[in-house]
Amino acid sequence: MDALLLSLRLALCVSAILLAGGLPLAYWLAYSNWRGKFLLEAVVALPLVLPPTVLGFYVLLAMGSRGPLGKLWQTFFGHGLAFTFEGLVFASVLYSLPFAVQPLIVSFESVDRKLLDAAAVLGAGRRKTFWRVILPLSIPGVVTALVLSFAHTMGEFGVVLMVGGNLAGVTRTVSIDIYDRVQSLEYADANRMALVLLAISFSVLSVVYGVNRQVGRQINRRLWTPWAAK
Amino acid sequence: MGGEVNLATLTERVKLERSRAGSPPFVLDISIQVPIGITILFGPSGAGKSTVLDCIAGLVRPDSGRITVGEKVLFDSESGVNCPTQARRIAYVFQTLALFPHMTAEENVAFGLDALPREQRSTRAEEILKAFRVDKLRGRKPAEISGGERQRIALARSLVTQPRVLLLDEPLTGLDAHLKATIVDDLRAWNATQRIPILYVTHSREEVNALGERMIAMDHGRVVGEGTPMEILEAPRRTRLAQAAGFENLLTGIVVDLREADGVMRMRFSDSVCEMEVPLGYAAPGDRVRVAIRAGDILLATSQPHGLSARNVIEGRIVALETRGTLIRARVDCGVEFIVHLTPGAARTLELAAGVRVWLVLKTHSCHFVEE
Repeated sequence: MDALLLSLRLALCVSAILLAGGLPLAYWLAYSNWRGKFLLEAVVALPLVLPPTVLGFYVLLAMGSRGPLGKLWQTFFGHGLAFTFEGLVFASVLYSLPFAVQPLIVSFESVDRKLLDAAAVLGAGRRKTFWRVILPLSIPGVVTALVLSFAHTMGEFGVVLMVGGNLAGVTRTVSIDIYDRVQSLEYADANRMALVLLAISFSVLSVVYGVNRQVGRQINRRLWTPWAAK
Repeated sequence: MGGEVNLATLTERVKLERSRAGSPPFVLDISIQVPIGITILFGPSGAGKSTVLDCIAGLVRPDSGRITVGEKVLFDSESGVNCPTQARRIAYVFQTLALFPHMTAEENVAFGLDALPREQRSTRAEEILKAFRVDKLRGRKPAEISGGERQRIALARSLVTQPRVLLLDEPLTGLDAHLKATIVDDLRAWNATQRIPILYVTHSREEVNALGERMIAMDHGRVVGEGTPMEILEAPRRTRLAQAAGFENLLTGIVVDLREADGVMRMRFSDSVCEMEVPLGYAAPGDRVRVAIRAGDILLATSQPHGLSARNVIEGRIVALETRGTLIRARVDCGVEFIVHLTPGAARTLELAAGVRVWLVLKTHSCHFVEE
């Protein structure tokens, strides 16, 4: 049960951080005219195609005691980042980034530009236009982003294994726990956990598809395409 | 002293060039003045009308020029002034209206009133909704509101902020004539007290006639005429403008002879033996001229008509009949091809079909010269 609670806590933290960071990032990606934008778009989408072990490997190097992130964390908090819950959160945020940002971009881009012009003509600055026009019209995208980052974090395995290791109560998430139990031939327990995870994933995705049929369709086309190609 | 100093006049002098892939660049180069009241900006699509409005609103930045409303400079390339859109106080009603779909009519109208205290905001919103007779719809969202009423709400939303200028980009497209007229009346009534310049973009001749007043004609990014609709539309000077003004037939021909006593001349169309009598113009035999004829000004007969005052009776054959909404567009080959508009009833009664022999009847004065 510890493992399930830990996964839930991790998924909640990651979804919250991704929402807070994803909104400005997606806004910029949707509306910026910068020429080099495609580079950042590619970086954001990388976790979709990169094997989790590769992503985990680099994150682990960065977070290690000699890595830039690890050193920085050490200076501020007095302990390393690797094999901690915070380290896990950091890695998971990177890993689920496209699942939060892509739906947001799609829904921001689908807001009629004329509405933005209308807001400007009526005296609204960018901030007001974002909070009063763009965001309310992108609620389905926001829900999708939240739900997908939550679900994706709940189910991650490779990155957690690379970055978090397997410390009970700290970094042992459900998926690691299941793997562990299968390794030690505790099939009944593994089965129970797997069922719980399956049920959660299924209900979460049903919510996404149910709540925003329209937007969901677009996002899925865009999200799953890189996978199909893989 | 003397002369009227009109403090609120909108003046715009801008140049703008935009390259377009695969076609020659679009160049906008105009200088216009819009006094208080409604001024129509008329021209075919692609003439640059909307770009003119976008420049005034600050949505598009001209390459150079100067835009002012009264004393206030909104844009001046020389002194580097470029007032941002949200600070210009220019009301702009888009063709799509761009009402915020997630807000009620009242919330839409109150959107531009954030600077006011709450009570004042709702009083002002209510006042203007009343002025445009849509106060009963204040709690409804745009999707639940019918065409016509949506236009009224869009007008109310843009005017509630007490703008310096009102820009209207074909706002009444798709409404029937009666609805249009009542909305325009309400707009006029509102402007009788506010007295701001209103620039009304349209490519519809029917709307121009309904609005009357002052008009600026544009084509290819330039102003090609200014004056009353009568002056401009009855005497189109440029070929493209003639088409926009509803001339479906543009024919080139050679002057055969002049009959000055009758005030007419005969012309023969290029590549045909077909001849026609047209009003006397400044031309000599052998000159090339171009005439424009409205498809609705041509009569069509299935047997050769006699005893007519009309001077041109031309024999031809129907090439095709095409249904265009509530009218039939007939293409008739008389050596040159004419377009004739008929009602479906007339086409039925005359039993018209492709291949049928017909006679076209044209009054001399239905033939308008256009410059080449």
